[in-house]
Amino acid sequence: MERDNHQVGETEGVKICDPPCESNPPADTLATSLSLLGNHMFPYPLETKHRSAVKEEPADSLSDVTAEEESLDGEPHSHQVTPLETEETESSECQNNVSSQQLDIENEDTATDNERSDSGEFVVTMLAKAKLEEQGLGVKGGSSPLLEAETQEPPAFMSHRDEDVTADSWRQHRKHVFVLSEAGKPIYSRYGSEEALSSTMGVMMALVSFVQSGDNIIRSIYSDGHTVVFLQKGPLVLVCVSSSRQTEKQLRGELLYVYYQIISMLTQASISRIFEHKKNYDLRRLLAGSEKILDGLLNLVDSDPSFLLVAVQCLPLASSLRDNISQILQKAITPNLVFSILIANNQLLTIVQEKTVIEDSRLEPADIHLLLNLIGASSAFQAGEIWTPICLPLFNPDCYFYAYISYLDPPECTVCLLLLSTDKEAFYAVAECKRKIEEAMMAQNSLSLIAKVQSYSVSQVGVSDLRHFMYKPFDVPDTYQQLTQFTSPEMEAPYSSEEEKMRLLDLYRYMHSRIHSTSRPLKLIYHVAERETLLAWVTSKFELYTCFSPLVTKACAITAITKLLRWIKKEEDRLFIRYPPKYSTTPNPSKSSRGGKSDQQDSTDNGFLSLL
Amino acid sequence: MGEKLPKVPGDPDTLSRPMRTLRVKMVLLGASGVGKSSLALRFCKDEFRRTSPTVGCAYLTQAVHLREVTLRFEIWDTAGEEKYHSVTPLYYRGAHAALLVYDISKRDTFIRAQVWLRELEKQYFSGSTVLWLVGNKGDLEQHRQVSAQEGQSLANDRGLFFTETSALSGDQVEQLLLGVAHRVCECVGAQQGALSEWKETPHVDLCHRNTFNRFASCCKVGP
Ligand SMILES: Nc1nc2c(ncn2[C@@H]2O[C@H](COP(=O)(O)OP(=O)(O)OP(=O)(O)O)[C@@H](O)[C@H]2O)c(=O)[nH]1
Ligand SMILES: [Mg+2]
Repeated sequence: MERDNHQVGETEGVKICDPPCESNPPADTLATSLSLLGNHMFPYPLETKHRSAVKEEPADSLSDVTAEEESLDGEPHSHQVTPLETEETESSECQNNVSSQQLDIENEDTATDNERSDSGEFVVTMLAKAKLEEQGLGVKGGSSPLLEAETQEPPAFMSHRDEDVTADSWRQHRKHVFVLSEAGKPIYSRYGSEEALSSTMGVMMALVSFVQSGDNIIRSIYSDGHTVVFLQKGPLVLVCVSSSRQTEKQLRGELLYVYYQIISMLTQASISRIFEHKKNYDLRRLLAGSEKILDGLLNLVDSDPSFLLVAVQCLPLASSLRDNISQILQKAITPNLVFSILIANNQLLTIVQEKTVIEDSRLEPADIHLLLNLIGASSAFQAGEIWTPICLPLFNPDCYFYAYISYLDPPECTVCLLLLSTDKEAFYAVAECKRKIEEAMMAQNSLSLIAKVQSYSVSQVGVSDLRHFMYKPFDVPDTYQQLTQFTSPEMEAPYSSEEEKMRLLDLYRYMHSRIHSTSRPLKLIYHVAERETLLAWVTSKFELYTCFSPLVTKACAITAITKLLRWIKKEEDRLFIRYPPKYSTTPNPSKSSRGGKSDQQDSTDNGFLSLL
Repeated sequence: MGEKLPKVPGDPDTLSRPMRTLRVKMVLLGASGVGKSSLALRFCKDEFRRTSPTVGCAYLTQAVHLREVTLRFEIWDTAGEEKYHSVTPLYYRGAHAALLVYDISKRDTFIRAQVWLRELEKQYFSGSTVLWLVGNKGDLEQHRQVSAQEGQSLANDRGLFFTETSALSGDQVEQLLLGVAHRVCECVGAQQGALSEWKETPHVDLCHRNTFNRFASCCKVGP
């Protein structure tokens, strides 16, 4: 798969390549150690990039992905497509280091680093040797131990957790993710059991601390076919080993989602407390049973563009119906209730919020993604009414909300109600809200109306060459508190198979990385690939990715986009949650006098009416 | 094995008289995977299905009709996973009955049940709370690691009731719930106002899925 992509890239002259980096004299010793790790993880030559701490770019927020947009100026502000200064992608930026055997270290003070490598090298080498010998593979230079390993297909009934970590198939997974503690204790591995991988993780941790000992932070390692990305968050170290052609930045964003999902279950404060108390605590004790949730998250991250775009896609719904349902939620409130969320088929249907909560901060798409994944990954919520602590890491990483979760349509269990309260004792009051909601929805026959709703087809746009698109509007002043959303039709032929879907998403990911490149951000990319043509465009009002049949001309594509933007404008009320209504449950009179529940509802009504 | 249930004599009069409904809070505690949710599903729907590990706590209700009173069991099926341990007091506080569940084929879950017992005794135990030790997965006789005698003697030592059940086959599950119902009436119900009355609010009727009475046939003689 990855080879295929590579080839496509070359024929098209679009070589997806590593970020620029200055070549420095090879640090032989570290190189040896890395190649040992490499022998286990992947049989390709390696190149590391680790920068001093001061040079680390802020990658701590998922919203960074969109932050760059602000640096662009002077784009057209209307939905009209104006003359395009098209950037045809070329291989000009490709680095010479792709197949280089040597290790490039980008470092402010390479000399000091080399000195230090003496002690660190030993640890790393020993750990790496230990691993390889344990597996009976021996230590070979650049050649691949894969060549010797017999290909043994694991039996079909085995879960990823039982995979043989010495097998060929294990290495060939597109994206590995590991979580370990600072003490090098394994916490999570996407494939294979953490125990079987404990020495591999030990090597990783040794690498991290080796670089740390020089006041540096290891950020990534590049090899011909793989990117290894490190992310340290508090006492946790997250590592991604990817053969997808995603950028370091994208991969780091994904690791951050993994971190946040862990936080959503345990909170940042309690993780810090635990490790302060006991450095080599085995966090698997607390995460027992949560592997499924992390597995599910990583599958979604790979297959759902919401994560890439850091935006939420809501279920397309007639605005009148969505409005009705929002009002039902808005009326069923109780003190300390802060968010009421309705989900249908794992898509957001509506969300209403407590007024004062949203005044200070807004709900981040990532928090919604984590909630949706939590609910989607487990059938546990189908058993009765759930009352569970849950943390929204971007909202507040240190606190729990109490979530009431219940399906409204058992036994089908497709419509899920989620009520978040700040009061852990509020179960009965919140459950009562659910009964009111259920009753009102029954009276209005909402459930059967929701059941008919489906996502839409690109054919509804009526542009013949257009195969697929993703459209993410940016906040406009009067809806500044709006949740960041995007819209996208169903992926249809020729993108119906899993492989083809993934291929299209990879193309989007590539376009996204070019648009959001730190060194050379682009506003517009017209990219002719082998089997399709893509056009990505970012303005101050929106970000748009489109996919056309391969023979479309540039002029055609531009006309098509104009039509598409018009269509979206027309369908806006159905495709997005507009003006999310707010309610007030705080008993604080000073706050409620500023806009009581009735006031709020009136203004919401006006908002909706003015749209009609 | 198990409790001998008092036979309830038929009394056609009770059927026509409006019965009081009292709320009983019952909590299920025990290690992850011992079958708490499976038992709860048996209690409420008499089904056995594949389950996922519980997240936080699941709340279910089931009405049990005794001769003179209807008990509305509010069942708090807690999650056994360790990450929820610290929040569990939220769920067991104020319970009238607690089932300490272990898996007879896993000794460590028996130990875990005793840890829960100690925690309850320390923090919350009151003489009027019905504590019941439940050895589940009785169908796994061939893998048994905890003998019935061992369970029974722990129960005797600590003043617990004891039953071995199988959520899979349904063996002793119904009897267990009835046993708890009777004991709650005896131990808790005796105190004035210990159980609050449950008033059905009109809109609750609309979603009244869980109050069918599967126990009618065995608790009171129907017409
Ligand atoms: N053989 C057998 N298996 C059972 C029995 N009861 C439950 N199981 C199985 O044991 C596993 C765990 O059951 P659950 O009911 O989810 O366990 P739990 O105690 O609720 O677990 P947590 O929610 O994680 O605390 C499931 O695979 C059930 O099918 C039983 O009586 N016999
Ligand atoms: Mg359970």
